[in-house]
Amino acid sequence: MGHFANPEADVDRFRFRLGFAAIFVLLAFGILLGRFVWLQVIQHDFYQTRAEDNRIALIPIVPNRGVITDRNGVVLAHNYSAFTLEITPSQAGNLEATIDALASIIDIQPKDRKRFKRLLDEAKNFESIPIRTRLTDAEVAQFAAHRYRFPGVEVKARLFRQYPLGEIASHAIGYIGRITDRDLKWIEEAEKQANYKGTDHVGKTGLEQHYEFELHGDTGYEEVEIDAGGRALRSLKRIPPVSGNNLSLTLDAKLQEITEKAFGDRKGALVAIEPSTGGILALVSTPTYDPNLFVDGITPDNWKELNDHPSKPMVNRAINGAYPPGSTFKPFMALAALEMGKRTPSQAISDPGYFNFGNHQFRDDKKGGHGMVDMYKSIVHSCDTYYYILANDMGIDNISKFMGSLGLGQRTGVDLGKDDGGESKGVLPSQEWKKQRFKKPEQQKWYAGETISIGIGQGYNAYTPIQLAQATATVANNGIMFRPHLVRHITDTRTGEKRPIEPQPIRDLQLKQQNIDVIRRAMVGVNKEGTGARAFAGAPYEAAGKTGTAQVFSLKGAQYKEGSTKKELRDHALFIAYAPADNPKIALAVLVENGGFGAQSAAPIARMVIDYYLLGKLPAGAAKEDSAAVEEEPEE
Amino acid sequence: MIDIAGTLRRGWQQLIAHIDFPLLFITLAIMSVGLATVNSATWDSNHRMLSQAGNMGIALVVMWFVSRLPPQKLMNFAIPLYVFGIILLVAVFLFGIKVNGAKRWLSLGFTRIQPSEIMKIAMPLMLAWYFQKYEASLQLKHYFVAALLLLVPFALIAKQPDLGTALLVGSAGFYVIFFAGLPWKVIAGLMIAAGSAAPILWGMMHDYQRKRILTLIDPTTDPLGAGYHIIQATIAIGSGGAIGKGYLNGTQTHLEFIPEKHTDFIFAVYSEEWGLLGNAVLVFLYTLLIGRGLMIASGAPTLFSRLLAGAITLGFFTYAFINMGMVSGILPVVGVPLPFMSYGGTALVTLFLGIGMLMSIHTHRMLVKK
Repeated sequence: MGHFANPEADVDRFRFRLGFAAIFVLLAFGILLGRFVWLQVIQHDFYQTRAEDNRIALIPIVPNRGVITDRNGVVLAHNYSAFTLEITPSQAGNLEATIDALASIIDIQPKDRKRFKRLLDEAKNFESIPIRTRLTDAEVAQFAAHRYRFPGVEVKARLFRQYPLGEIASHAIGYIGRITDRDLKWIEEAEKQANYKGTDHVGKTGLEQHYEFELHGDTGYEEVEIDAGGRALRSLKRIPPVSGNNLSLTLDAKLQEITEKAFGDRKGALVAIEPSTGGILALVSTPTYDPNLFVDGITPDNWKELNDHPSKPMVNRAINGAYPPGSTFKPFMALAALEMGKRTPSQAISDPGYFNFGNHQFRDDKKGGHGMVDMYKSIVHSCDTYYYILANDMGIDNISKFMGSLGLGQRTGVDLGKDDGGESKGVLPSQEWKKQRFKKPEQQKWYAGETISIGIGQGYNAYTPIQLAQATATVANNGIMFRPHLVRHITDTRTGEKRPIEPQPIRDLQLKQQNIDVIRRAMVGVNKEGTGARAFAGAPYEAAGKTGTAQVFSLKGAQYKEGSTKKELRDHALFIAYAPADNPKIALAVLVENGGFGAQSAAPIARMVIDYYLLGKLPAGAAKEDSAAVEEEPEE
Repeated sequence: MIDIAGTLRRGWQQLIAHIDFPLLFITLAIMSVGLATVNSATWDSNHRMLSQAGNMGIALVVMWFVSRLPPQKLMNFAIPLYVFGIILLVAVFLFGIKVNGAKRWLSLGFTRIQPSEIMKIAMPLMLAWYFQKYEASLQLKHYFVAALLLLVPFALIAKQPDLGTALLVGSAGFYVIFFAGLPWKVIAGLMIAAGSAAPILWGMMHDYQRKRILTLIDPTTDPLGAGYHIIQATIAIGSGGAIGKGYLNGTQTHLEFIPEKHTDFIFAVYSEEWGLLGNAVLVFLYTLLIGRGLMIASGAPTLFSRLLAGAITLGFFTYAFINMGMVSGILPVVGVPLPFMSYGGTALVTLFLGIGMLMSIHTHRMLVKK
């Protein structure tokens, strides 16, 4: 093994090995240089020719994006082919001069120039860039006559996304827009970047974003021979793209349209669900916007108007707006009380019209009170005092536990947007929540008095309309909860096979049937003899419901402008319902911002929706013409 | 009177006290060539030259700081850095993010890091420290322990899979062991074993790795996939000829035939535009760099600094040789950037950590002798 501990010898040996390494390095570099001489001198002519013949460019062919249709086959999103005027910068010479000359024969707006400039910065030299989109036939003819004057400029057919119903269902469908760096990161993380070569657009919100990788399709390639300037000469081989998969929704476009109309110019949301599957029949958030504005790159003016508008048309209130549930909370409270053994149905209180706690008086809406109130009456007539006392008896953590199991204060997992980014959680108050929410110790403590207003759906409570709809559907479905979803099946364009999105039961709450029956009877009572009776007068079916009114002052004021009118301080109106009562086909939650009493403004919308869905009955005065032809400007 | 000129001069001398100018000038020369080539490669879209100049500035500052740390201080970093690197590699194995089918990155929330990069420095540092510690009582078993210290991170990186980086880290460690006096008999034995283990290794490889080797032997079998890189890069180099097509005039480059042209394949861009002449100049500059590094190693006073300097220098050689070899089609494509040329901040910082250490070893040698 030799002798290791001799420093002098060690250094000598080290230097010998350094020398060895040096020779090795020189040898290796020698081999490299030999290779270079071989390639660059001996084989130079061969490679020179190959470089000159190297004319095969792979040009990606973008696939057709999948089509989205409603449950009856009504098209909600599709593509249409339109002519664009495109410039290939490497062949066009002076771009400014070219565009100026083009402007003399074809209408080119400053916004077209702006977009061209932006695309130019991102594009490769030999790609053609649109200067004008959606040319008319006359414009195409006009350009054809002058074509010889414009090298590097040509008319191309490109596919554009279109939403034929315009503003209808825009919050559910979402829209596509140009790919940004953030989108690119998302695509790279999904390892799809190879498939996005040549793709300019990607889903930005709603279904378009959630099902992006289904809708996109597989990019094809064309092998094109090009000349030294990068000009395409002829096509050698074509691997066609495969169109994206089509989405068929559970949504009913006509129902959606009727619902959106029913809101008129009021702000609000409605989510209607098929209780036995979780399939969403209508998902409304008003005001809406026209998703077609985004397809071509939205103009700054339009964007500013949509974003700065005080009624926030870009916010999807159905899944992102969190509102106190008001009295629609009461049936769930009553159910919790039964399940936890805190009340029996017949147990009654005597309601003086208020409940004293400490030195604070919690008042009932009805002066003088409701007299003797049992559970049925407490729901039918929406007695506050009953729930003040009940909440106090149950305690916040019991309430929180039960409401959590109903899905309140949790993302439903609806198939909108990317990951959880599309949906708000809302607030399910509990002692633990308050500890997390606040920093100062005195704020972190839960006070027993705070529990009492929770009982009538006020206080810290804040849930999204889709959560309320899901909870209502769960009661309608006897405690079996489904994930709300919009897509019924995905059609694979390659095989033509339909992949159904199976209803996903989230959980069986294991509720006692007799308890659910009590609540369901009381909710039927609401629409027969209680707060919902007027709205459902004369209905040929039996519907269950519950009205609610949520006080606005508890809202964080930020979303309302200062100096707001009286209307903007009015209470939010809510209504939850399902029908037919004995075999529910539809369950829903309605919210009308600043609508006042739920019975007045929210319940009639629910009636219209259920009338149409169960009876096919159009609301009085509703447009009879084909919905596809209707496109409206947003209300100011 | 305050001697302003004298103070300034002393301050300046203090500032450059640990800079080795031959090393600095050689790297600056290579980087200038690199910067010009990055400019050409990103000429048509997304310009990167200024951003790369910024990376160089940062890397030079790193070098300056490291050069001021005496080798004894560097030794203190050996274990913490190595252990830290191993922990991160295990973390990548457990929670790493997958990009392009390989788990190489660790997300810190605000940014991502590639822990295998740390190992390029930590490995030679650790092994040099280890041999220094047992300098007086070195036995065969120490080589085994050293081999184990080498194999653990090597396996973790190869598993990601990132064969290129695994090879670089593995070779950096091997150079330390080699310079520490690993008997020739053992080296010969290893080579025979490696030769006979090749079929087994082939069986353990990922499909894409096999494909790369197969396409190296015959690139035309996969002209649109893995072979495309090699074919186009070879055409670029070959058509460059003796004196090149001229700066910004490479058709392969500017018609977008060269993939990853400002990173791993930057040599194809350079070679197309500057030809054999340019290649010879570049190889000459690398030879100077390596020569200077080996000189520093030869004059280093302690076993630790000798081993470290030798390994870092041969590391530079390995990067340059593998990269130019793969781009010119005599080595498989393994994703190794060309040192001081390819675009990328992380790689530059790692390289200049090495340069800084070489400078530290050289400028502190007298202090040790005293």
